[in-house]
Amino acid sequence: MSYLCDGHSLRSWLLTTDHKRIAILYALAITAFFFVGGAAATMIRLELTTPAGDLVSDDAYNKLFTAHGVIMVWLFLIPSIPSVIGNFVLPLMIGARDLAFPRLNLLSWYLYMAGGLIVLAALALGGVDTGWTFYTPYSTMFSNSFVSLTLFGIFVTGLSSIATGINFIVTVHALRVPGLGWFRLPLFVWAHYATSIILVLATPVLAITLLLVAAERLFQIGVFDPAHGGDPLLFQHLFWFYSHPAVYIMVLPAMGVVSEIIPCFARKRIFGYRFMAYAILAIASVGFLVWGHHMFVSGQSPTANLLFSLLSFLVAVPSAIKVFNWTATLYKGSIRFDAPMLYALGFVGLFTIGGLTGLFLASIALDVHLTDTYFVVAHFHYIMVGGSVMAFFAGLHFWWPKVVGKHYPERLGRAAAVLVFFGFNLTFFPQYLLGVAGMPRRYHAYPPEFQVLNVLSSAGASILAVGYLLPLLYLGWSLRHGRPSGANPWGATGLEWQTASPPPTHNFEQPPEAPQDVYGYTPEIGARFGR
Amino acid sequence: MNASTDPGALDGSFRLLAQTASLGAQRTDRLFIAMLVICGLMALLLLGIVVGFAIRYREGSSADRSRPPSHANGLEAAWTIAPLIIFLVLFVWAADDSVQGALVPADALPVNVVAKQWMWKLEHPSGRQEINELHVPLGRPVVLVMASQDVIHSFFVPAFRAKQDVLPGRYTRLWFTASELGEYRMLCAEYCGAQHSAMIGRVVVMTPADYARWLADGPRGTTTAAQLGAALYERLACAGCHDPASSVHAPPLAGLYGRDVSLADGSHVVADENYLREAIVSPRRHLPAGYAAQMPSYAAQLSGDDLLALVAYLRSMPREELRR
Repeated sequence: MSYLCDGHSLRSWLLTTDHKRIAILYALAITAFFFVGGAAATMIRLELTTPAGDLVSDDAYNKLFTAHGVIMVWLFLIPSIPSVIGNFVLPLMIGARDLAFPRLNLLSWYLYMAGGLIVLAALALGGVDTGWTFYTPYSTMFSNSFVSLTLFGIFVTGLSSIATGINFIVTVHALRVPGLGWFRLPLFVWAHYATSIILVLATPVLAITLLLVAAERLFQIGVFDPAHGGDPLLFQHLFWFYSHPAVYIMVLPAMGVVSEIIPCFARKRIFGYRFMAYAILAIASVGFLVWGHHMFVSGQSPTANLLFSLLSFLVAVPSAIKVFNWTATLYKGSIRFDAPMLYALGFVGLFTIGGLTGLFLASIALDVHLTDTYFVVAHFHYIMVGGSVMAFFAGLHFWWPKVVGKHYPERLGRAAAVLVFFGFNLTFFPQYLLGVAGMPRRYHAYPPEFQVLNVLSSAGASILAVGYLLPLLYLGWSLRHGRPSGANPWGATGLEWQTASPPPTHNFEQPPEAPQDVYGYTPEIGARFGR
Repeated sequence: MNASTDPGALDGSFRLLAQTASLGAQRTDRLFIAMLVICGLMALLLLGIVVGFAIRYREGSSADRSRPPSHANGLEAAWTIAPLIIFLVLFVWAADDSVQGALVPADALPVNVVAKQWMWKLEHPSGRQEINELHVPLGRPVVLVMASQDVIHSFFVPAFRAKQDVLPGRYTRLWFTASELGEYRMLCAEYCGAQHSAMIGRVVVMTPADYARWLADGPRGTTTAAQLGAALYERLACAGCHDPASSVHAPPLAGLYGRDVSLADGSHVVADENYLREAIVSPRRHLPAGYAAQMPSYAAQLSGDDLLALVAYLRSMPREELRR
């Protein structure tokens, strides 16, 4: 019996401990938050079509970009790939019946929902105007908005992150099917393992920092506010000690997704498997040592600036290795361009541009000019939206037949992928140019010379919005009307494809055998699996 | 009055690379263009390879697929080391630029900057004050000594490629040498609350002669920060201990600014604005060698404004007073 048919009551969903059902619960929640965050972005882009701040008040504008950032980072991006796709696929990939702690997994979803609803409550009550970065002393002593409540919501979602991280780590260690050694694991599993370690190590630092902000705000304990004997830069160090690794929480799982899809659609073994695995570990560890590049003009010491600049250049090396290996995987392949592959190739391109522009920001002298301008906004959207969101959509289309047992309409899928790619570039490439020309970020009104590029960016955003709404429609349509997909519609080699679609409640009818080769693709198989 | 020969800077027309109007800006732009060329070539090369493979090895093409490689350690080493070398060269270049830019010339003209929600207050050494405008002479280094009265702000002049956060409770500095006459945008780059985007103004670069005339002609602030500081120095009877003629053994303050100070714990600091401020707020933590820890903290008696004024006065105290 498929996991989808194992109980139809609301209770059977809300009290489930099945990792696949919990993944669905996460999927529904992050989709809702994605569109709330997207609505805030829409308002921002509408406001910025004219230089004057004329659509909403300055206060409302500041609350909009704060809501957009908080929702997209903590309620969408961080849980997106790990908690939805990872939750569903990771146990299947290693031949396990579930995650190591199924009830903890459910608790993790409830914590996430509680945190998310608290954040939404803070927005409904009047919002927050600090920016998602909560810089002190503005956030502790000056802002008259719902800072503490929002921080509490983020704190609670952090507990959920930690629970998920622990669950994944233990699962990968303990529940691999016998014979499935570390260097035979799919890179998706490696990526989620590394991500989980970051979640467990970095999230507590964020939690403590947010508590300190709330304590200073509520009880005037002098931690960050110099008027009370605190140090505002201390906050930035603590915040970025979490928030820079958080970028890798968002992008490593994306790399994992793409590393499954490119070999499958190129019908070829992933190139340089071991280097890919080591690069994941290198990114996860060096990524902890680069936070100070957010602070080159903050008043941080020049010596610290030099060190953080050097380390930031070094962390780019493993990322470059990954891009080269994905590219080399295409060599002598037999490449099909289904929607997952289009998204995955889009990821490689946009991640590359995001990564290369990161080098500009790692260079102290250039960062002085570019930091806190739209160049930074463009850079991190290329990584997080061009990278992580593209990969999320790639994975969503790739594993959709496995999750629901139905095929999505392929033509519409490809059209949406192309639309998202062009819409994305039109939205965010002009923002690089705005930053180079000197437009600061978080400006409600701006000097008139920046209007043309802002209008282009807003036009791109409307295309992007259509690109994101389309999958919502045709994936929903496919639930009822999609063609049955069969167990392995892509002719893929991972263990998750060896069981039925949708999988039975306990994942495998018989205990699976460890695959000889998770990337054993050949062009000949490709010729056989066609539709 | 404004010696603007280039009305183009603020006319609302867009330039990709905002025009360069300082010596440092030209250096920054050379690095920017080098970076753009290197990264652009890398991106194009990669795009070419991906598109080439995608076409050549599309499903059903007749390309040769015999013996596809699964790994190549030599190749991996090559594409690890090559980017590493390129990145290190770029790091050294950028780091060298920033180190050069960190050294404030001794003859730089000091201008006090106070940031607050949501305005910039500036004061020239002569006492002339201005709000949301900064007039500077062409070709002479200018150092901004900046502090905030509330939250963090950031002083940003795109045409100078110069930016520095302005913090409460601490001084930061930003220096530049303007190289082109004209008017340029001055912006706040660190989000600071409701009217962050209204915290903007202009920098006017003038010939030295025009600047001197501007300084002399303009309305003068009622009192300069240093004068306010001198009054505080009187009121708090600082001289009672710090005057060389005093019977109390306390460090003399005239001419202290900018000197190297040996501290009781064996370390050395340069007596800059931050040191002077700290020494008033928490004197025992910054005790100079050879003096007893007898000065109380003045944090409670002095507002943020008072501290700025007192430090401005200490900075302005001439060395002669030492010998008087």
